[in-house]
Amino acid sequence: MTNPYHVVVCASVVPDPLQTLEPVTGPSGPALKNEMMLPAILDPWAAHALYEGANLVKQITGSKLWLVSMAPKAKLQQVMMTVAQKVPLQLVAVDGPSSGFADAHQTAGALAAAIRSIAGIDLSRLLLFGGWESASRSAGVTLQLIGEELGIVDQFQGVDAITPQEDGSFEVLERVEGARHQKSLCAGSPAVLGWATGNLGEPRNDPQVGMANMRTIMPALQRATASAISSDGLQYTNVATPKQQRQTRIVKDLPTEDIAREIVQWIKQE
Amino acid sequence: MDTILFLAQTEENGTLGKPAREALGAAVELNQALSGTLVAALYGAQAQPAADAIANCGALRFLAVAGEDFASARYATDAAACEALLRAAQATIIITAATSRSSRIMAGVTHRVSGCVDTHVTGIATDSGSLTLTRWFYRQRIEASLSRTQRPWILLLDPGAHAAWQGQGASGSVTPELITVPVTESMRRTTVRGTVTPPADQQTIRPDAKLLFVAGAGWTKKQKDGQTHVPEAETIIVDFLKKSKASLGSSKSLVEMSGENQSALRFMSHLNQVGQTGATPRHPKGLSTCCHGEEPHTVGWRFIGERRAINLDPNCGWARGKADVLYVADAFEVMSKVNALLGS
Repeated sequence: MTNPYHVVVCASVVPDPLQTLEPVTGPSGPALKNEMMLPAILDPWAAHALYEGANLVKQITGSKLWLVSMAPKAKLQQVMMTVAQKVPLQLVAVDGPSSGFADAHQTAGALAAAIRSIAGIDLSRLLLFGGWESASRSAGVTLQLIGEELGIVDQFQGVDAITPQEDGSFEVLERVEGARHQKSLCAGSPAVLGWATGNLGEPRNDPQVGMANMRTIMPALQRATASAISSDGLQYTNVATPKQQRQTRIVKDLPTEDIAREIVQWIKQE
Repeated sequence: MDTILFLAQTEENGTLGKPAREALGAAVELNQALSGTLVAALYGAQAQPAADAIANCGALRFLAVAGEDFASARYATDAAACEALLRAAQATIIITAATSRSSRIMAGVTHRVSGCVDTHVTGIATDSGSLTLTRWFYRQRIEASLSRTQRPWILLLDPGAHAAWQGQGASGSVTPELITVPVTESMRRTTVRGTVTPPADQQTIRPDAKLLFVAGAGWTKKQKDGQTHVPEAETIIVDFLKKSKASLGSSKSLVEMSGENQSALRFMSHLNQVGQTGATPRHPKGLSTCCHGEEPHTVGWRFIGERRAINLDPNCGWARGKADVLYVADAFEVMSKVNALLGS
């Protein structure tokens, strides 16, 4: 391979999915109750993008990987304790909200500025990675907006595989309707890839990788610039957790035949 | 007065898909509520068949970007086409279906026209001339209604969230105004080479099925005899899918087993995954088997109507208000009997 990539993974932090989320109204709009106290994780689809990015960098000599993350500094530090042990990375931290209710357009502007300011980055070699949707806003727009800010017009969403070719081009598989993948060939970087789950499992924690990463992560967190996000014309009129509790009928000690008959009857009911 | 733009891609044969007709239904309804002006815009290889099909939708103008360069779902050309259509229509509110093709580009188009965008819209309402939409946050765990003052405002309506437009077409009664979009070499850096489809016998995801059947990791665990029975599990599940025409979903743990070289169901992939990092399908009914019903999985069941589960654990997540009925039973035994009954 003659064309090393500069892979930038955009990933924020989200509440651990096992936590109960309760919306409240804060001074700047809707928020989560005890948001700062909730245990957080790296956004799951973006985490897949990070593992795929690290794998790509390992394959192609001279490639580099940055993780650009916008979140409250304290939260980011907590999440980095785990993430740092997964893959070698350089963190670029932006101190700002990670709330799902924050406006994506301004978030994208702040992240694009952070990417431009990375020392040594070559934007012509850029592969901008991230999750195709976050687990907070779940909109799938931030990466596209960053791509447009950076003038990138080769964009892919719902990516499950990237296969680099000898000539610097790469093949991409994107999820489309009907449980299919669209296969595309892109001439090369720069490009935006919003990842679905990819094909790699979560790497095991490696304390040595963690120690090496933390030497650069802590200074990066200290350098994190604050970025305020305003609601700018966006108004929430109602934010609520829907009633989802069902009255579950628990059927025990019923013969298998009877259960099967009941299920078949239920399936056939219009 | 608002100009409402219905924006849609055309299919390979130039017609409109069901999600696009649903978006048109929402656009027509919104236009009536706001007493606005409706414009229809189409892009793809050809636009006339789609224009014929929606000729009576009430649009004052029909616009199109058509040609071979716009046949494939490619970001650069699709975004340029939609940008040109938005500018030509001078729309204030744009409604389009949240297909994979439009979801890939609409935020980028928003940036180009200095507008704003909301995706995964599940409801559109008007009150005293102002527009409010409903969408979910935190992976279907919090529902919010919101409005924006910024225009143009692009709304991507989730498939299944609105009734499709049912009007009659009229062949040849409208001819769309063709908008010319110059396609440069830099816009052709990506070449779409087609789609990769699973073999017919592994095509287990059926979005229009009445039933979602979810298999959990329990199917691959040791059973009462202390042994695993993965081939038997595969036979039971495939047999059930054939007989019931259900769509197959999975828990995260089961699809990840294949990546970790553990015994796993061969036809299961990440595309089947339902939940936090998977799909949120829409089906009237759902049957879960050998799955604990933990929150990260059940958030993907948000749009499943009636829910039943089979699990050996009477205290699993499904028992805690997430299913209508929980059968505490062995799924191998129950599903074998179900298959026998469905076959008789």
